[in-house]
Amino acid sequence: MMWKWLHPYANPETSYHFAGKILPWCTRLAFAFLTIGITWALLFAPADYQQGDTFRIFYLHVPAAMLSMGIYLGMAIAALSSLVWQLKLADASAAAMAPIGATFTFIALVTGAAWGKPMWGTWWIWDARLTSELILLFLYLGVIALHNAFEDKSLAGKAAGILALVGVINLPIIKYSVEWWNTLHQGATVSKLGQPSMSADMFWPFLVCFIGFSFLVTALICLRFRSEVLQRNSMRPWVRSLITNEEKAHAV
Amino acid sequence: MTQLSYRAAFSLIVKRDLMIAFRHRDDIINPLLFFIIVVTLFPLGVGPESTTLSRIAPGIIWVAALLSTLLSLDRLFKSDHADGSLEQMLLSPHPVFILVLAKIVAHWLLTGLPLILIAPLLAVLLHLHESSYGALMLTLLLGTPVLSLLGAIGVALTVGIKKGGVLLSLLVLPLYIPVLIFATSAIDTAAMNLPYNGQLAIIAAIFFASLTLAPFAVSAALKVSTN
Repeated sequence: MMWKWLHPYANPETSYHFAGKILPWCTRLAFAFLTIGITWALLFAPADYQQGDTFRIFYLHVPAAMLSMGIYLGMAIAALSSLVWQLKLADASAAAMAPIGATFTFIALVTGAAWGKPMWGTWWIWDARLTSELILLFLYLGVIALHNAFEDKSLAGKAAGILALVGVINLPIIKYSVEWWNTLHQGATVSKLGQPSMSADMFWPFLVCFIGFSFLVTALICLRFRSEVLQRNSMRPWVRSLITNEEKAHAV
Repeated sequence: MTQLSYRAAFSLIVKRDLMIAFRHRDDIINPLLFFIIVVTLFPLGVGPESTTLSRIAPGIIWVAALLSTLLSLDRLFKSDHADGSLEQMLLSPHPVFILVLAKIVAHWLLTGLPLILIAPLLAVLLHLHESSYGALMLTLLLGTPVLSLLGAIGVALTVGIKKGGVLLSLLVLPLYIPVLIFATSAIDTAAMNLPYNGQLAIIAAIFFASLTLAPFAVSAALKVSTN
């Protein structure tokens, strides 16, 4: 049942156009949610009773950190389906996700440092969660380096996929590091099932920001996925006709 | 035609790798010399005070062990890949992970074991705390096989690339970090005369997980690399 619905998207041309179709929607939604969410978070949400206005970096830091892990998980699932079911397009999407994930990991680390300076009095501390997030960044960079090292794109995808799967072990370590080790980084506030341990007027702007960033990531992935597909299929007739049509449109 | 049993194939490959290594003794000695020289650099760089040295000794020994393992990893598949014997192994009727595990065991016998044997001597030079020797040996005994197993994944991924050396370190070192953290933490805890069973148990868990899973990852990676 599911395969019947999915199998047209194994065709690069179909999924190229599908990604092109959802791209503008994701961009608009991301713009709308982020505008509302960030305005709400920075201007109208109440300040924290202990941390004051400094805590507002939370609205950027936490979505970035959550998405850095989420994108890695997505990349690993894509890598697994490319290795097990030989889906060529899964390679393309894994390749599309790696640099975006690396960027979000970097954002999480930098905003964390900026938050740590006023709160803990230091930019960096060798705390379990910070260290494992740094390892995540190294894993992303390794996957990207491996992608670039091979001439043949499908070999590169498989090799980087194996590395991505080996690195998945790091995800639960990051997630539970604050519970396993009693270190400086505070425990989870948002994702506690049932009741988040923060008040509702702080939680809602966070949720809006998080949804906005998720749409932004989806839009970026669609964009990069399209260019990966074009690169991998540059010799195919449909790509050639696409390019000639584009050139004609520009000539007029 | 008689079929080799799995055990016979395993021991055959271990013997073959050991014999090749003993005919090129430099390959065994050079990583060991590198290990000794790196450890020697630290007292010269940090200063000879015994309190400082004994404080940082676990970290120095373990980081030097990581780096020298990294240097020796190339030998694992590179020459076999160059002369084509790796492809013959992949084509053989035996499961690839058995052959891969045999090569990793041979690699550990040639690099991990000498490292463990020489480590106490270097620990003396670095004034390691007396109560830490047991922890140092146990962590090395459980940890160096992990280095060979995880390193093999990196080598298998990069064996087809011409200049894979720097890339190899980029791929493998992040995977080594957990072993480094728990090993040095165990040695530090032992220096304070506290029980270090917890850290040791985690290193043992990492060892068994990588022992069972890494050969499969390595054989998948080798199939990609030899294409």
